[in-house]
Amino acid sequence: MAGDPVISIRGLTNRFGKTVVHENLSLDVLRGEVLGVVGASGSGKSVLLRTIVGLQTPSAGQITVLGTDVLERSANLHAVESRWGVMFQDGALFSSLTVRENVEAPMREKLHLDAATRIALADLRIAMVGLPAKAGDLYPSELSGGMRKRAGLARALSLDPEILFLDEPTAGLDPIGAAEFDTLIISLQKALGLTVFLVTHDLDTLHATCDRIAVLSQKRVLVTGTMAQMLDVDDAWVHAYFHGVRAHAAQGAQ
Amino acid sequence: MIVVQGPVTLATLQQISQTLDAGAEGASVDLSAVTVLDTAGAWRLVTSGRPVVQASAAQQLLIDTVSAALPAPAAKRRARPVHHAAGGGLARLGEPVAGVVAKVAGSLGFLGFVVARLGATALHPARLRLTAVVHHMQEAGLNAVPIVALMGFLIGIVLAFQGATQLRQFGAEVFVVDLIAISILRELGVLLTAIIVAGRSASAFTAAIGSMKMREEIDAMRVLGLEPVDLLVLPRLLALVIWLPILAFVANMAGLFGGGLMAWTQLGISPGLFRTQLLANTGVDQLLVGLSKAPVFAVIIAVVGCHQGMLVKGDAESLGRRTSSSVVIAIFLVIAVDALFSVFFAVWGV
Repeated sequence: MAGDPVISIRGLTNRFGKTVVHENLSLDVLRGEVLGVVGASGSGKSVLLRTIVGLQTPSAGQITVLGTDVLERSANLHAVESRWGVMFQDGALFSSLTVRENVEAPMREKLHLDAATRIALADLRIAMVGLPAKAGDLYPSELSGGMRKRAGLARALSLDPEILFLDEPTAGLDPIGAAEFDTLIISLQKALGLTVFLVTHDLDTLHATCDRIAVLSQKRVLVTGTMAQMLDVDDAWVHAYFHGVRAHAAQGAQ
Repeated sequence: MIVVQGPVTLATLQQISQTLDAGAEGASVDLSAVTVLDTAGAWRLVTSGRPVVQASAAQQLLIDTVSAALPAPAAKRRARPVHHAAGGGLARLGEPVAGVVAKVAGSLGFLGFVVARLGATALHPARLRLTAVVHHMQEAGLNAVPIVALMGFLIGIVLAFQGATQLRQFGAEVFVVDLIAISILRELGVLLTAIIVAGRSASAFTAAIGSMKMREEIDAMRVLGLEPVDLLVLPRLLALVIWLPILAFVANMAGLFGGGLMAWTQLGISPGLFRTQLLANTGVDQLLVGLSKAPVFAVIIAVVGCHQGMLVKGDAESLGRRTSSSVVIAIFLVIAVDALFSVFFAVWGV
């Protein structure tokens, strides 16, 4: 099964008024890999993620996720939606629900489970992302930024998805917290066999987690490849990104 | 030996549970025929307490991960503490009372602070944010003119119509002019304008300041050495104090117009007669009594709206709660203060 594309994007164009964010963009995400998407601020990384999960309707193009065309509002889309999980940048937890209720929410909406099982599974997710058990009773406003991200991840994992979308998972975390989060993502990915679509700025995260990296630049996917391949790419921006001071520090740390 | 087959996932949890429960005590579970295993399935296997055999490497990894993460079974959620103490009833009564006292004290403190900042701004008028004042004069004042004028016009019509049917019984139709003029100029014009503005602007103030609070804009101002009250509250307060009397005046005129129109068409009181009767029996003091209340109502609406906005906490729920309580408190205070004004004017014989 490994190696076949679970997400396939062809000829994607996103336009906001006169601003063109993506033009004729194509990208494949393969089953079981961790794909890191990098690019300058404003290069449309988050827009790409939002387009794939259906929050943004593109001007043109085709997106297939798990064999279903997500731009076509078909009945299959509903099934596909419960096979992916999305973690937003700041968790995007429902502020009127506790963490446990947040993690339960997707199961409550999509499945018919009895309350005890649902609570047990929610507690399991909360524990798996490394939150203390008592965090389940807290409201999002009572959590720190790092805990909110973990809770957001727990909610994204709620339905045991096959694909996990992460938007800047380590932004705003301290280096220790960020490293823990990287480890967490790898261990979950290994254990659950997840495909991870990861939008990030964090070079350490790229080094630590990603099998493949896609660089968004000039309104398209400029290049994809492994970290080692990135170092040899002949493009000014890519070179600056992977050979900058911070990049060397990150490589040195590995 | 229990053999489970096919997918062991969230979707098939119920069948898997039945299969596991049906098995003999202490029997192990054979996973060789399992196609898909997810965390929910692994959780069910682990919590069944049965040993697992024939698991693939990936499945074993998943099962290990889940069992490592499994919360301690003793960690029961503790129930909410329930108070059944003897003084419980008294405490339940006392808590809201103390809460009300604290809230009133908090609001008075905020009012005092606003007055202090107003005084400081009066000493240094250059500090006043004139652009913001003008902006809020347009938002809360000018843009409210159509709705306030329409409301006044309709109230005039209603009063004329209701008054006329009663007064006609006594052949005293002409006094409908006095009824309309005094009730609108003294009371209804300014009161209903204040209620509309409270609904329109107190909520807008709370929502705007509250969302700034949520996005830490207020904290950013404080860190920059700017006083949020100067930047956010004073412009809104001044804009309303200037505009509420104007809006009340607009409502008064629209009310007289509506009443006059109704009196003319339904009662045959010509505009000339309406004017004569109005000038003969209703002095300008009636208008001034009504308008004198407007600045007070404006202060109430602006201060309540801004204060509730400042009290918003980090979550969206509290923004909604504060916005609704801002409107309720502002309207309640406007009506209560209007009652005080009535007593005051009656005692002074105005």
